[in-house]
Amino acid sequence: MDLHLKIWRQKDRNAAGKLETYTLTDLNPHMSFLEMLDTLNEQLITHGEEPVEFDHDCREGICGQCGMMINGIAHGPLKHTTTCQLHLRSFKDKDTITIEPFRSAAFLVKKDLKVDRSAFDRIISSGGFISINTGQAPDATVIPISHELAESAFDSAACIGCGACVATCKNGSAALFTAAKITHMALLPQGKEERSQRVLHMVKQMDKESFGHCSNTEACEVECPQGISVLNIARMNFEYNKALFFKKK
Amino acid sequence: MLSTLSKKMLMCLTGLFLAFFLLIHFLGNLQLFLPQEQAHLQFNAYSHFLAGNILIKIISYVLYASIILHALDGLIITLKNRKSGAVYESDRRGRASKWYSRNMGILGTLILIFLVIHFQNFWYVYKFGAPPLDERGNKDLYILVIAVFQQWWYVLIYVLSMAALCYHLVHGIHSAIRTLGLYHPKFVKWFKIVGIAYSIVISTGFALMPIYIFFTVK
Ligand code: HEM
Ligand code: SF4
Ligand code: FES
Repeated sequence: MDLHLKIWRQKDRNAAGKLETYTLTDLNPHMSFLEMLDTLNEQLITHGEEPVEFDHDCREGICGQCGMMINGIAHGPLKHTTTCQLHLRSFKDKDTITIEPFRSAAFLVKKDLKVDRSAFDRIISSGGFISINTGQAPDATVIPISHELAESAFDSAACIGCGACVATCKNGSAALFTAAKITHMALLPQGKEERSQRVLHMVKQMDKESFGHCSNTEACEVECPQGISVLNIARMNFEYNKALFFKKK
Repeated sequence: MLSTLSKKMLMCLTGLFLAFFLLIHFLGNLQLFLPQEQAHLQFNAYSHFLAGNILIKIISYVLYASIILHALDGLIITLKNRKSGAVYESDRRGRASKWYSRNMGILGTLILIFLVIHFQNFWYVYKFGAPPLDERGNKDLYILVIAVFQQWWYVLIYVLSMAALCYHLVHGIHSAIRTLGLYHPKFVKWFKIVGIAYSIVISTGFALMPIYIFFTVK
């Protein structure tokens, strides 16, 4: 199949970028979207041009590195799918596809389709951990956790930190990501100890990173590759309200 | 500085108070649907009673404060969100959410414009103007209401504003429940249904008042 691509090219953080047009011919429809970009890059390199930079790692939908706006939708047209798990068969022959980086006030473009998502890392380091000394691995039966609880904590833990929620949100809000981390830990006995401090610190860091407010439009859940539920956000609000109310000073 | 979550909490509490007030206001105004003779005197007596009641006085101050805080906080939130969100050359993000959930600021502004007109028509005249008196000596608010609702374009403004209110409330109540932190899937669903029912009943009811008066009362 043949495809026309309009790809966001931007030299560096400060440069003004713009969409450049490319055409690829004789593509295999079963190629993945990223393989298609690899093909383009091989051609660009052969012609002595700069390849299109984009983030990726596992290419199996688990690491959260890949991610771009494809025809104005985060991770492309398929629901609950990462960009690396998208294949050309989801498009039609001779389609024009616009590819832009994930963006928000907190996600600055580093180059082409590569975005600086370190704001997420700083939110995690502000409270997304459990402070206990690690010794030997404890016996798995020391702390009993019901299967149901473990599953629902895992539903939140399934967030891969790709940033599609932020890119999709009209407010560039990181509520879904932050809430998923907070809920994941608030549910488990090991995480309960520090839940109040954690939510206060993580929300504070989230605000520092110039993410917007959550308007509860729920677009994030729809476009999230992991289908993280917006009820996590309600849970974050609950944890936050409680922590703020009982704060001693 | 309030956090982003606390600013939403202020939005939520003031919004829910407004919604509560609206319900009381709505129940009182149902008297407009009574037969004209009875409606006339009873509505005026009711208004007179409210104007003299200390509890109502307190509620009215909370109301003024809520409107101002809700509108100001809404402005701050909307501006911040505009700055934080991205602009894309090709944008189909709209497929994932409802238009009214994305335009609460605009719907709110429409309601604010309506409120200015509404306060000027009735509240201002009743409080600071010189309205005529009815046969029992109460200020004749009923006559004012009838006079305003004889004009078709006033009726139109009212009905359109109630449509804006309806959409604002359908999303607003749902969103407020989230902001309060209710995360239980079953109860969230119930509250969503209650919120939608409330919004439709209130806005349709309010919209029917000018329509009813326009067509039946001379
Ligand atoms: C004065 C005009 C008004 C303006 C400018 C306004 C504006 C707004 C804005 C910007 C939001 C925030 C939406 C978001 O988070 O994206 C909001 C939420 C809300 N509004 Fe209004 N509004 C107005 C009037 C009202 C009225 C009259 C009511 C109730 C009868 C109301 C009830 C609510 C509720 C319940 C929320 C939800 C709060 C939350 O998301 O937690 N608003 N409004
Ligand atoms: S919540 Fe979903 S969309 Fe957001 S970072 Fe996590 S996996 Fe990606
Ligand atoms: S490259 Fe790892 S999720 Fe796509």
